[in-house]
Amino acid sequence: MQSIFKGMAAGLAMTTLLAGAASAELTGDLRIFFNDQNPAPKAAMEGMVERFQQMHPDLNIELTLIDREANKTQIRNYLTANAPDVNGWYAGNRMRPYVEAGLFEDVSDLWAGPMGEELASTRPALTLDGKQWGVPYSYYQWGIYYRQDIYDELGLTPATTWDEEKANCQAILDSGRKCYTIGTRFLWTAGGWFDYLNLRTHGYDFHMALTAGEIPWTDDRVRQTFANWRELLDMGAFIDDHTAYSWQEAQPFMVNGEAVAYLMGNFVVAPMREAGLTDEQLGFYQFPEITPGIPKAEDAPTDIFTIPAQAQNKDNARAFLQYVASAENQTIVNDTLGQLPINRNATVADDKFIQAGFEMLSNATGGIAQFFDRDTDAEMASAAMQGFQEFMVLPDNLDGILDRLEQLRQRMNAE
Amino acid sequence: MTADPDIQSKSWWARNQMRAAPWLFLAPGIAFFAVYVIFPIFQSFQISLYRWDGLGEARYIGVANYEQLFDDPAFYTSLMNNVKWLVLYLLAIPGGLFIALFLNQQVRGIRLYKSLFFFPFVISQVVVGLVFAWFYNPSIGLLNPMLDLVGLGPMNVLGNPNTVTYGIIAAGLWPQIAYCMILYLTGLNAVDPEQVEAARLDGAKGWKMLWYVILPQLRPATFIAVVVTVIGALRSFDMISVMTNGGPFGSSRVLAYYMFEVSLSEYGFRMGYGAAIAVVLFLIMLVYIAFFLWRMWREEREG
Repeated sequence: MQSIFKGMAAGLAMTTLLAGAASAELTGDLRIFFNDQNPAPKAAMEGMVERFQQMHPDLNIELTLIDREANKTQIRNYLTANAPDVNGWYAGNRMRPYVEAGLFEDVSDLWAGPMGEELASTRPALTLDGKQWGVPYSYYQWGIYYRQDIYDELGLTPATTWDEEKANCQAILDSGRKCYTIGTRFLWTAGGWFDYLNLRTHGYDFHMALTAGEIPWTDDRVRQTFANWRELLDMGAFIDDHTAYSWQEAQPFMVNGEAVAYLMGNFVVAPMREAGLTDEQLGFYQFPEITPGIPKAEDAPTDIFTIPAQAQNKDNARAFLQYVASAENQTIVNDTLGQLPINRNATVADDKFIQAGFEMLSNATGGIAQFFDRDTDAEMASAAMQGFQEFMVLPDNLDGILDRLEQLRQRMNAE
Repeated sequence: MTADPDIQSKSWWARNQMRAAPWLFLAPGIAFFAVYVIFPIFQSFQISLYRWDGLGEARYIGVANYEQLFDDPAFYTSLMNNVKWLVLYLLAIPGGLFIALFLNQQVRGIRLYKSLFFFPFVISQVVVGLVFAWFYNPSIGLLNPMLDLVGLGPMNVLGNPNTVTYGIIAAGLWPQIAYCMILYLTGLNAVDPEQVEAARLDGAKGWKMLWYVILPQLRPATFIAVVVTVIGALRSFDMISVMTNGGPFGSSRVLAYYMFEVSLSEYGFRMGYGAAIAVVLFLIMLVYIAFFLWRMWREEREG
């Protein structure tokens, strides 16, 4: 920690020098609304603001932390009245309502510079209508977190193909455990399963066309994805009663060894460690191949900062976003967050899971998806994720579910 | 000459004081009621004819929202659940009555027992919802070990579309029965002992006594109990929100919750569609409100 801190101070001194040489120190106000109050994001954000403050001592920075869920509805109020200068949000289609209503500032000018090169991997996720609307500071991988010790006990190795995955699962079931824990009470966890099954069955382009509403839900290819899902359901691979649990409530099954794996984002690692799993017990592997030869695409939700169109201090906000994007800031911030930096010159933290995620995403030749409810229009996301949950409980309802979603798709396209 | 206008203005106030005073006192209430209740009702009617996400331009689409609504399976599920709530929630009335009859005796410490029975009504609905959600939880809840004792299989009450609404109603009944009980306890205090005495001399007891002597005297309490219970059933939103978020896959939604989900939740913001649901809910409630007002009016006239 000490050495990181020293390095940070040195890096800071250098940036100050560089920034001092490049542009005059900022004055005036900068109001930032950040959308997370949890300990790690709070620490990361406060550190970011503190370093920026040191670079610009005369700048009056005001930081407001908003609860993550509350922000999803509050953003509508503060973007239209009394807007901050910078606010936290999500990449992908989640930006669309605000872009269309003209509430986000176009920041393509920032992306035109060297910053755009350094953040190139997420440019598509930040682009709508050919313009960029924000700057990413962090992202994290999704994949299968599993109990290494139980795999060892059963003599299994993580699967790389669908047949291996099913064979492993059968061995796990035979040992009296469930293959996967999941809590679908808040629906989105089922969206993660659909994302991966669809991405692996048909690839990135098909998945993106489907989430964009260009492909009928009743298409045979969609049915193929559900048929693969059903293979797991028919085996009884998932824990019982998952509709009653949140994603947190589903963790004890894995911690207690009643279930062996969890398809989840990297944020699951911290609570698993807190619950007592060591890095020897907890492992990570990439979701296996289903259709051979399809380049693997991954879910990696990206968290971003945007500038409200009604911001008062847009120059200060732009300078802040430029600092957010810088390699040294992304290194420090993501070390605190336990996530991955986007800037390609940033250093990835020395953590088993973060390293694994970095490795996987660097080789994600198929493409990077945001997540089902960030890639899909909100109304469709809600209806579809309810359909996924229903399918997981009553797989025979599939035809009804797909017809319903297809009707919705046609109505939305007609509007 | 100079005093004339003074007298006139004084006399206007003097002439109209009696009539104006109540309106002056009512004015603040009327103003707020108009702005926050009456006006929004008409505004909902208006918004329900538009497609609007709450941010951009609202677009007039006529009755398209209603056409879509009457074609929407989720709407009928919610409506059905509303009916279930209305019917089953009324069980709180006999439930409250029998507990009240049971507790209406002079025993040492009866006040403590009464307070204990009344306790659930004091707790916030949100807390009741949480407690029951834990109670039903298939992995850590008390329900399944209890069922196991009597040889019944484990149940996932809140995760099963066939049982979820009943599970939430049962949770809602717990405080509602306590409420009805307290209404009946007060009502029982007003029962005329002489009538009971006379009925007893005439040989009435048990059910006959209850049905022909006690219950008629409890009519005012019953009326209030019905009113508060129906209102309670219609505003069941909080429990659903806390216990299931309308799930699994929308099977525990009622109209109020569906309206919230469509217009104000994370994936919502279809204000026009939400307003259309609100209008339908309003029209349904209007039937009940009209009946209620009609009865009030009739009783006033009879009284």
